[in-house]
Amino acid sequence: MSIKQEKKGVSRRSVLKGAAATAGAAVGSGAITGFPTIWAQNIKDVTLRQFGTGVSNLNDVAQKVKEDLGFTLEMTALDSDAVTQRAATQPDSFDIADIEYWICKKVWPTGNLQAMDVSKIKNYDKIVGIFKSGKLTPESEIAQGTAPHTVGFIPEPGATTFADEQTNWMTLIPTIYNADTLGIRPDLIGRPIESWTELLNPEFKGKASILDISSIGIMDMAMVCEAMGEIQYGDKGNMTREEIDKTMAIFTEAKKDGQFRAFWKTFDESVNLMASGEVVIQSMWSPAITAVKSRGIPCVYQPLKEGYRSWGGGIGLSKSLSGLELDAAYEYINWYLSGWVGGYLMRQGYYSAVPETSKEFMSENEWGYWFEGKEATDVITSPTGDKLAEAGETRDGGSFYDRMGSVACWNAVMDENQYMVRKWNEFIAA
Amino acid sequence: MSDLTQTMALEAQTSAPGKARKSLGLSDTVTGWLLSLPLTLVLFFFLVLPIVMIVIVSFWGATEFSIYPAFQFDNYEFLLTSPVTYSVFLNTIKYAVITWAITLVLGFTIAYFLAFHVRTLTWQIVLFLLCTIPFWTSNIIRMISWIPFLGRNGIANSALISMGVIDEPLEWLLFSDFSVILAFVHLYTLFMVVPIFNTMMRIDKSLIEAAYDNGATGFQTLTNVIIPLTKPGIMIGSIFVVTLVMGDFITVRFMSGSQKANVGRLISNDIALLQYPSAAATAVILLITVLIVIGILLRFVDIRKEL
Repeated sequence: MSIKQEKKGVSRRSVLKGAAATAGAAVGSGAITGFPTIWAQNIKDVTLRQFGTGVSNLNDVAQKVKEDLGFTLEMTALDSDAVTQRAATQPDSFDIADIEYWICKKVWPTGNLQAMDVSKIKNYDKIVGIFKSGKLTPESEIAQGTAPHTVGFIPEPGATTFADEQTNWMTLIPTIYNADTLGIRPDLIGRPIESWTELLNPEFKGKASILDISSIGIMDMAMVCEAMGEIQYGDKGNMTREEIDKTMAIFTEAKKDGQFRAFWKTFDESVNLMASGEVVIQSMWSPAITAVKSRGIPCVYQPLKEGYRSWGGGIGLSKSLSGLELDAAYEYINWYLSGWVGGYLMRQGYYSAVPETSKEFMSENEWGYWFEGKEATDVITSPTGDKLAEAGETRDGGSFYDRMGSVACWNAVMDENQYMVRKWNEFIAA
Repeated sequence: MSDLTQTMALEAQTSAPGKARKSLGLSDTVTGWLLSLPLTLVLFFFLVLPIVMIVIVSFWGATEFSIYPAFQFDNYEFLLTSPVTYSVFLNTIKYAVITWAITLVLGFTIAYFLAFHVRTLTWQIVLFLLCTIPFWTSNIIRMISWIPFLGRNGIANSALISMGVIDEPLEWLLFSDFSVILAFVHLYTLFMVVPIFNTMMRIDKSLIEAAYDNGATGFQTLTNVIIPLTKPGIMIGSIFVVTLVMGDFITVRFMSGSQKANVGRLISNDIALLQYPSAAATAVILLITVLIVIGILLRFVDIRKEL
């Protein structure tokens, strides 16, 4: 809680200066090359416990942290529901929470996380607009749902409500994000897929799947219902009870007719369903596509005309972090944004919150393929060395601005969330 | 139930050598109470208290991220007025009954074979241990290994197609009631075998000889001698299987591909979504249902007398 005291005594400006003079001095000096630190000696004993969804909890990251920063990072990967539960109920069981923005909306009011001092974040200015003003480019429109910038800031340390504009106190430091769509098996479908409506197309009876995580699944459902023209939503990210009922009714009927082969909850399940051919069209996450492809099975992350359902993740600090551990956490965050992780994640198909720095850790070919949507000039491999694309192929959906520019909604927590959850439970049980 | 039997057993034991104890200046009653104290405490803290907590929480309210003390019937109201609750409870009971029937037939047959057809004790022990081998791996692994076997392009389907039995892969093999019950039977048959085998081993062989001498056929011996005498074992096995199946959630989730629901899944979904009061209310109703089932089972056999 040292932040609180600082804030009381001094103005924001002097906090900025003070931070730069103390911890900032270490963080600021040559952030990209190895972080020489003033507390390099005892920081080696620090262990930070991070937990989050499987997508970014990678052992490679923990190893690199040990190499570059010297301290130990322990990773635990859980599913989204378990992550929410843990962040809300066991604040002492973690130091760093790697969560999604919609989870943040749920968890922040418990007071289990502490806000971050923006002035200590070296690359803050380079973070893409989506996480600050909500706009990718000055002209972009803000999509429906829990857009990251709406839950990204709080007015003052200790506040349990969110600020409407950028402040010096950030809830989560954005790490990765992506635009999600449906994954398909082109070899088993054999015709072009263009719309979300295909998920409920009787042609794929018994061969479709949707994910069983209510906050995300409901958005996929809404995309489908809207595309079918069955429901006109006021705001997909904040449905009324009536809209929820209608949406669930359409999907319950489809479920009873045997449209779905299975529902999945974890990343691995979605990969197995797709790779084994049990399912040919389903909601999916980008690296799951990568995982299917790396087994030599054709799988496409199909861009659809109605747009993408997007999500963003970030890391938050436990309220119990203080002293040396807190310093280490800030150093970790700065390292996270400094490029290596971004490059790693972008080569899996995600986007980094600070693309500029990631560019330095990617080859020109990789940057062109993943970010700019250009034809690959050489073979594209995953960070673990599996071949993902041949020279001449382009990324599904095109460039960063094409993909993130056509986001229709963000994963969301609605005002009627409790009602939705109960209805979701009924849908699963129906 | 076990609480009562245990305390009674302890008291019975301590009252016999009561005189020796008196030298400590304690009466039989006090000694009895003291001896039963540890178990009582354990049961109180780890059984009674948690259940009381669950009952209390089931009346609380919940928001997105927290639960708050209250005394309201909302959770029960929602639960008892939702048609889904009834279909889910019905489904749970359906799984329990079918699994029970299959494991009973299998368990009884296996136990019968072990107890009466295998002649030497050595072989009985060897074969019995053989039954337990699957338990050396985790039950989740045993369950998940069915998935590639039963899948659309799995071993079962490709074998059947290559044998010419079917032309199209069978869809209902996986992610269906069939696969759920198959996994249950696979996982829980041993819980039926063990108690039945145990009671069968204690049947006096001369009773069977007497039945034979009196001209009973094999079938008559089975129905008039063996089954009545194995009843306690059957009942204990049934209680195991029924409670395990009714409380399960993970088997149903994996084997049905999240498509089917039982009460356990309802509770686990609620917990995952931080709706603890609602989960507690469902748990209370489930507990009551299971107790009623066990109550009915115990009407048939007085286990305490038989043991």
